[in-house]
Parts: sequence; C-alpha cells; structure tokens
Amino acid sequence: MKLTRRAATVVLAGSVMVGMAGCAKSDRTTDSNTASGSSSAGSGGGTASDTFTFGAAGAPEVFDPYYASDGETFRITRQIFQGLLGIKPGTADPQPELAESWEPSKDGLSWTFKLRQGVKFTDGEVFNAAAVCYNFERMFDQNEVAQAGPAEYWAYTMLGFKGSETESLYKSCEAKDDSTAVINLTRYTSDFPILLTLESFSMQSPKALKDGDANNVQKEGDGFKYPAYAMAPVGTGPYKLSKYDEANKTITLVRNDDFWGDKAKTANLVFKVIPDESTRRQELEAGSINAYDLPNPADWKGLEEKGNQVLVRPAFNILYMGLNPEKNDKLQDIRVRKAIYMALNRDELVQTQLPEGAKVATQFMPDTVAGYNTALQPMKYDPEAAKALLKEAGAEGMTLQFAYPSEVSRPYMPDPQKIHDALRANLEAIGIKVDVVTKPWNGGYLDGVDNGLFDAWLLGWTGDYNSANNFIGTFFGSDVNDFHTWKTDFGKTLSKELDDANGIVDEGERTTAYEAVNKKIMEDYLPGLPISHSPPALVVGKGVEGLTASPLTAEMFDTVTVTKS
Amino acid sequence: MLRFIVRRLVQMVGVVFVLSLLLFIWLRMLPGGTVSAILGDRATPESRARLEKALGLDQPIWVQYWAYLKRALTGNFGASTGVLPGRDAFDIFLTRFPGTIELSFFAILIAVILGIPMGYLAARRRASFFDNASVIVSLIGVAVPVFFLAFLLKYIFAVQLGWLPVSGRQSNIDATRVTGFFVLDGILTREWDAAWDAFKHLILPAFTLATIPFAVIFRITRASVLEVLDEDFVRTAESKGLTNRIIRGRHVLRNALLPVVTTIGLQVGGLLAGAILTESVFSFGGIGEALALAFEHRDYSVLQVLIMASAATFVIVNLLVDITYAVIDPRVRTR
Repeated sequence: MKLTRRAATVVLAGSVMVGMAGCAKSDRTTDSNTASGSSSAGSGGGTASDTFTFGAAGAPEVFDPYYASDGETFRITRQIFQGLLGIKPGTADPQPELAESWEPSKDGLSWTFKLRQGVKFTDGEVFNAAAVCYNFERMFDQNEVAQAGPAEYWAYTMLGFKGSETESLYKSCEAKDDSTAVINLTRYTSDFPILLTLESFSMQSPKALKDGDANNVQKEGDGFKYPAYAMAPVGTGPYKLSKYDEANKTITLVRNDDFWGDKAKTANLVFKVIPDESTRRQELEAGSINAYDLPNPADWKGLEEKGNQVLVRPAFNILYMGLNPEKNDKLQDIRVRKAIYMALNRDELVQTQLPEGAKVATQFMPDTVAGYNTALQPMKYDPEAAKALLKEAGAEGMTLQFAYPSEVSRPYMPDPQKIHDALRANLEAIGIKVDVVTKPWNGGYLDGVDNGLFDAWLLGWTGDYNSANNFIGTFFGSDVNDFHTWKTDFGKTLSKELDDANGIVDEGERTTAYEAVNKKIMEDYLPGLPISHSPPALVVGKGVEGLTASPLTAEMFDTVTVTKS
Repeated sequence: MLRFIVRRLVQMVGVVFVLSLLLFIWLRMLPGGTVSAILGDRATPESRARLEKALGLDQPIWVQYWAYLKRALTGNFGASTGVLPGRDAFDIFLTRFPGTIELSFFAILIAVILGIPMGYLAARRRASFFDNASVIVSLIGVAVPVFFLAFLLKYIFAVQLGWLPVSGRQSNIDATRVTGFFVLDGILTREWDAAWDAFKHLILPAFTLATIPFAVIFRITRASVLEVLDEDFVRTAESKGLTNRIIRGRHVLRNALLPVVTTIGLQVGGLLAGAILTESVFSFGGIGEALALAFEHRDYSVLQVLIMASAATFVIVNLLVDITYAVIDPRVRTR
C-alpha cells in the first residue's frame, strides 16, 4: 500500500512536469546562444568579440531620457539617442551632432539650427526640422504630474512648462524648412544652447512618441507610472534597444545598422546590473564583464597590476564644505568663515586622501569652465593666522557641528569619512570643538543638508555641461539655497550678480563678469569653502580598446572593440 | 483538521493587516525619504517641495494610509521609485520572487541533505573525531560573516578557478522564460544549456545561504538523536531483539525528527533574512536584493509589497509546518 502511494505521487509529479513541458515551448529561433558568441578574427592574435559588457551599478529608470535623471539610465540612452548638440569626446564641450551648426540672433533669443540631412530614426522615420519642433513642443507641454517630478531636467534648465506659473525659457519652435529649425526663448541664458548636450534633450521619433502616448505619465501610489513608450525608445543613435530582461537584470542593445555615421564597432552592448562594487570588481577579474564605473581609488593600482586599464576622467566637479550661518550664528562673521578656511590643510588632504590628479580648489568651479578666475590663489594654510582671526572675531573655542555622509562614495568624494577625519583634525588644531555628525546618504544626510540641520557639511557637484551658471548659478542663483545665504547681507546681491552675468549675450563680456563674481564669492562673501576637484575613473578589462573617458561621464561605446585573448 | 486550518488563516489576515499599518508608519518615520533618493545631490528646496507634493507625501499620514489601503485592496500597490522606477511594485515582486524561492529551495536542500545525516552520524558516534569535526564546521558556518564567506567563495571558485559564475542568475543567453524559475524553465523548454547555466549560478549563493540553516539543523538533529537514544523505548526495542535498521529508522530517527521539522520550517521562514545579504553580495535578482535596494532608495511601494509578501510567506510556511506536525504527531490535532 505504502509503495503504491509513493508510486502514485511520483507518477502525479511526473505527469505535471510533462504537462507543463508540453505547454512550455522554447522561443529560440536558432539553437545557438546569440549574445555571448564570438565571431571574426581580430588583430593581435586574439579573437574579436561581438559583445561589450558593462557592469552597471544600478538598474536604468526608463528609456525615455526626457523623464530620466540618473547616470545609469543616461549611460544606456546615450548609446540609443542623440541630441542637436553632442559632446566632444574627452571634454565637456559641445560639438555638432544632429545639428551641423547653430547661430543665435543678436539678442540671443532666437537660435537657428542647421540640421544634418539623411538621418533616420530606428523606426524608419525621417529626422527633420518638424521632428525637432515636435520634440520641443512635447517636452514643453507636460501634464502636472510630469512637471513636478519626472521632467526634472527640463524643470531645472528651462524652468517652466506650457501653462505653468513659472515662465519657461522656451517660447516656441519653427520649422523653416526640412533642414532648418529655429528655437525661440523668452529670455537669454548662457546655458543655451549648451544645455542641449544633456541626455534629456535627445531627439526621439515623433511617430513613436505619438503611438506610445509618451507624455502620459501618471501618479501611482507613491511613485509614477510611465507609458509604454518609456520602455521602447526610438532614437537615431549607433545602437538600439533589443531586450531588457528584468528578471536577469541585463539590458541588451544591438548595433543600428542604418546609423548615419560610422557604424558601431561591436555588435552587441550588454549592461549587467551589479549593485555591489566588490562584485563588479570580481566580475571584471573573472572576465565576465569588460568594464565598470567608479572603481574605488584604493583599488586603482591593484586593478592595473592585473592588466586592466584605469581610465581617469578629467575632474569636472567640486567638493565643498557647506556652512550654515542660520544654524550657527558665529558663521555669520566672515572672519570666522575665513579662519576655518585657513585652518584646512588642503594640500595634504589632496595628497593623502584623494586619487592621483586631484587638485586644491580656488573657487566653486573647475578650471575648464569659462568664467574661471585664474588670478585667484588657494587660501593659504595658516593655522596660526586662523587662530588669531578666530580670536579677533570672538569665536575662540567655538563649537562646530560638522557632518559627513556614511556608506556612500561620490565622484568628488571617494571616502567621505577619511576626508572628514582629516578636516576635523585641522579644525581641532585651531581650538574649534567639532561635534561630529554622520548619517546615511539617503538616511537623513541629504535631508539634513536641505533642511539646514548641520552647521557645516561635506557635499559636492559634478557639472552637467560646461557653463559657469551650472556651477555657481546652481549654488547661489537663488538666495534660498543650502548655504542659507538669505541669512547673510550679501545673499540677494550675489543672486542678482549671477543673474546679470547669466544674461550677458556677448561671450567675452560674460566670461569677464563671471570671473569678477568668482573673485567676489571667494574674497568678499565666502558663503562656503571650496575644497577640491577629484578625477573619477572607470576601469576596462584586458582587450578593450577605443573607450575615451569623459569628464561628464558621457562615454560613448560605439568606438569600443573587445579582443578575447 | 479543517477547522484548525481555517482558524489559523483568520489569524493570518489579522496579522497581515496590523503589520501593514505598522509598516506604513514606520517607513515614513525613517530618516531620509523617496524625495531625497530621487533628487540626490541635485535637490533644491523648490524641487523637493514640488516632488513631495506630486507624490502626495505632503499629505497627513492617515490620508496616505487610507489611500494606500483602498488601492491595495484592489490589488494596486503603487509604482516603484527606486528599484525599477515606474514599474508596478507587485510586478517587481512577481518577477523576483521565483529567484528567491529557487535559491532558498536549493539552500534548504543542501542544509537538509548535509545537516540531518551528519547530525545523526555525529550523535551515533558521539565524541568521535567525526562528531568533533562536524561540530566545529557547524560553528564556523554560524560564525563567519556571510559577505566574507561569499567573497571568499567567489574569489576561489569564480575568479581563480573559473568553475562557476561570480554573480547574477544567468548569463546573458537566449533563454525562454516560462515560470520565472530559471532552472525549471530550462528543463521545461529543453534549453538544457540555459538550465545548466542557471544551476551553476545557484551553487555559490545556495551554499552561502545554506550555512546557517545547515548548522542549526545539524545541531538540532544531533541533540535530538542523542536524547532519543537514551529513551526507554529504544532500550525496549533493543531488548526485543529488533534489528539496528528498524530501531534507527522507525524508532530513533522518526522520533528525533519532530523538533527537526519545526526547525526546518523556522529556517525556511527565516531564509529571507539571509537572502537579503546573500542575494546582495551575489547580485542575485531575488526579493532579498530588491529589499536592500528598496530600503536604500526608500522605495515605499516596493518595501511595502516585499515586506508584506515576505510576512505572509513566513506565516504560510509556519502554517504548513504546523500541518506537517499534525500529520507526523496526531496529538497536535486534538490540542
């Protein structure tokens, strides 16, 4: 009896399996593995691989770059889409992409773009002036939900939307003829047209946008729900999306064989999502990925010794120590702020705590940005003078609550705790009592900075494009900011000076104006303390050639070749 | 029996409801939040306020909870903001749950296959070399931190020897998805390479995840067998002249297994806690990794779905254990 029951169970289980197998059919068209195979002999004795695999730190948001805001998404969409303006490889400067040239009107309010001819979207639609205007009108005309959240980059750069309270910088777009598009602005900004290098301003197929109801973003519970188009992007770039396997966390792009420019050298581009950094490193060492971003500077040497290449990007960022004069009124006195600055031994910090190539900052922007004031010298490290200045200001032995984020690494701040330790020791050396506060990046730190909970803190910024307004305009353009400049006597003046500089159409005059503002910020206002510029890196494994590191982390993969040894 | 099950199911609904309320409040009391996670270092006071309003996070918490409850009862748990922004939180659970089940199944299989025989043998050969060695191995299993063990296993078997993959659930091969259980899918569709590849991806994480349940099962089995061996009925059986095979199989093992079954049940329920770390270090796309990511991004919708679903799983597994218990030991049913 027992045996029969057991046998029955086995028979039942077996028939369920057979039944399921009957329903389940393989979707394979051929019986070979498509993405991981290799083909065609390469140079140098190795075999050229048809796949470049990148270890991504996070999953992409949506593939519609207009609604995206994070680096992991842009890294993928950059290979699929192109903008009117592109980025010169290895720099933060613009170069022609879908527009061959551009010309402003005298007042800088009207921009004429001459478009590249013979370009098609991957759905076969033609790229022309009408497509450009359709894209801009689409970006401008957003529902309330999208305006508040997902259309973040447009809100940040163009300020307002169609019908919104805040007036948009964008006014209209005219398609003069197939190859000429004119974009009109409501007022001049130095960020235009360079902001068009942002991934969010990529050109997308009007037909696909229309068919996929691309603007239909809705609120759903505590998040946003995107239309179908957001997962089925159609651009003009060297690659197109093939598959997003969410269960296996891999995104596969394939070469766009109808691309108007030089075709991508490697047929498949795979992004494998691996959130843990040490796992990414092990995957590279095992040869199962070809590259990953932001290796820990402490690992650079070890990675190179194993035959990998660490590609160091030019530093296009700033690390600063923020100060809050509202929270600690001693900080309202510029002598106290100066004394703190003089106490910081930044040369030593750069040499001991930051990766090779890091520089001491003299102002709130890197030296490649127009408006950088070359005459400014770094504040000299002088603890004795700092002490004297503190005494003069009546702030001897003051207490400073100084915060840093835990469990995070940022391109401008690889190891916040070590940087904080070094700076804290400097402050204590001049008799300041430091009250250390640490919170997880998204577990109270960012909230704490925005809500003014710390006297002093470490934070930074990586530029979006090469413009002074993108650095100092972001920090102090409004006096309601993290530095609480509204609490100082210069807050409003500084905002006005920045606004004025941003509105100067003549490039030379504007640069001079920004240089002057930078001087004032450092010598007369000192709202915060610029610390350093740090070069972030990415690492590629053996056999990978043709990848140019970008200061904007805007690397293109179409020039990459992979050789298997 | 039916009454017993119904009573337990009603209790379960109550537990889940209370938990949903506590969880909702707790998540929103955590420092940081969705808005900071989305905006990062780009946040300005204005963009922050705008986004908070858009997400409805500026509403009083009871208004938010009521809206959540109404939605949840219709099966809508909201969209993700961090793990996979825009995707339905419940879909994320459904996509990732098979991964965790697959991993947990292999882990518990390893723990049981190794733990019970080793525990039994160790008890039979008490104080022998084998006994001492296995006790030490099980202690190491509990004591070594998971991330260190994982790192070591990956370094030896994946990086140095190249026998097994470092991380993930499957290589980027053309595999057909049917059930979401990758090994099973490969078998069902006869894509043997896909099944084998998925299986290879399971080995290291399953061993890592199995260490603690193995240690616990081993020790409980050993202690339980030792206790039963001392019982009068074993001596009676021996004096009756029964064969060793019958004594061990029918009398010792069967009686010793009762506490072991309970332990296995508890370990299965508790596997998710271990899966959070194991899946994260192996970048294994299950709900454990999703939980860690959702927590980091303060992805409320996903956290709510995953924690509620895990709690429900835990309760269900415990119910199943109680039923198994009732089957093995009829006395439980009458209590």
